[in-house]
Amino acid sequence: MNNEIENQILELQKKLGKLEKGTKDQLSMVVFSGDLDKILAAMIIATGAAAYDMKVKLFFTFWAISSLRDPRKSVSGKNFISKMFGVMLPKGRNKIKLSKMNMAGMGTAMIKGLMRKHNVASLDDMFKTAGELGIEINICEMSMNLMGFKAEEMIDYPHMNICGVATFLADASESKVQLFI
Amino acid sequence: MTTEELKKITANQIVDARGTACPGPLLAAKKAIGDIESGEILEILSSDEGTKHDIPRWCEKMEHDFLGILEEDSYSRLFLKKA
Repeated sequence: MNNEIENQILELQKKLGKLEKGTKDQLSMVVFSGDLDKILAAMIIATGAAAYDMKVKLFFTFWAISSLRDPRKSVSGKNFISKMFGVMLPKGRNKIKLSKMNMAGMGTAMIKGLMRKHNVASLDDMFKTAGELGIEINICEMSMNLMGFKAEEMIDYPHMNICGVATFLADASESKVQLFI
Repeated sequence: MTTEELKKITANQIVDARGTACPGPLLAAKKAIGDIESGEILEILSSDEGTKHDIPRWCEKMEHDFLGILEEDSYSRLFLKKA
């Protein structure tokens, strides 16, 4: 009788182990948009999740990669089209614009003023906090290349990797929460 | 806890997150909770309305004991006991 119970407990422990491995207390987010409002939302959710002791992994792809460019860095050896893209796309998180009501930059300037008034942390502060909280930023290599960006022109961030869709899928399949912004 | 009981509490640590908006107070709480021991009390000062919903929900998830809120003129004092 005792043996049977013991066996059942062992079986349950095994199953529990599998379950724990299956979904971690983790947030995986695809950050696709390069708009100020959407990057802001992504960073607020990400830092909030880290406060819940969740592991946070952000997968930056397409337009969002512009927000990771460091305006102080310039790279050589780009072809004409890549250079054009580089000029046309915002150089860093302080150059990105609102998705709505931008009004030739007036709306973006106004929202930044309102953020200060309402004590909303700036993107600079949020990226700093994210780094301190161990939030991982993974950059999609394919879209980075497509847009003519190079890894060398990205910001200095303590937990940054260049990777592919397989990394995102592996992270997302282990995460309790997945988002696309 | 009643207001009277809350007023008598002396927190082991007070974190002043007044003047920060979401998720400022939550991040301040998360940082401060690491500095105290289990069973000790943390007090968070916040002028952000949403914090009054956020911190109790956060405590529920993190299994800290949320003790209550004291309202001051322009801010709130939130008390919790670390799990």
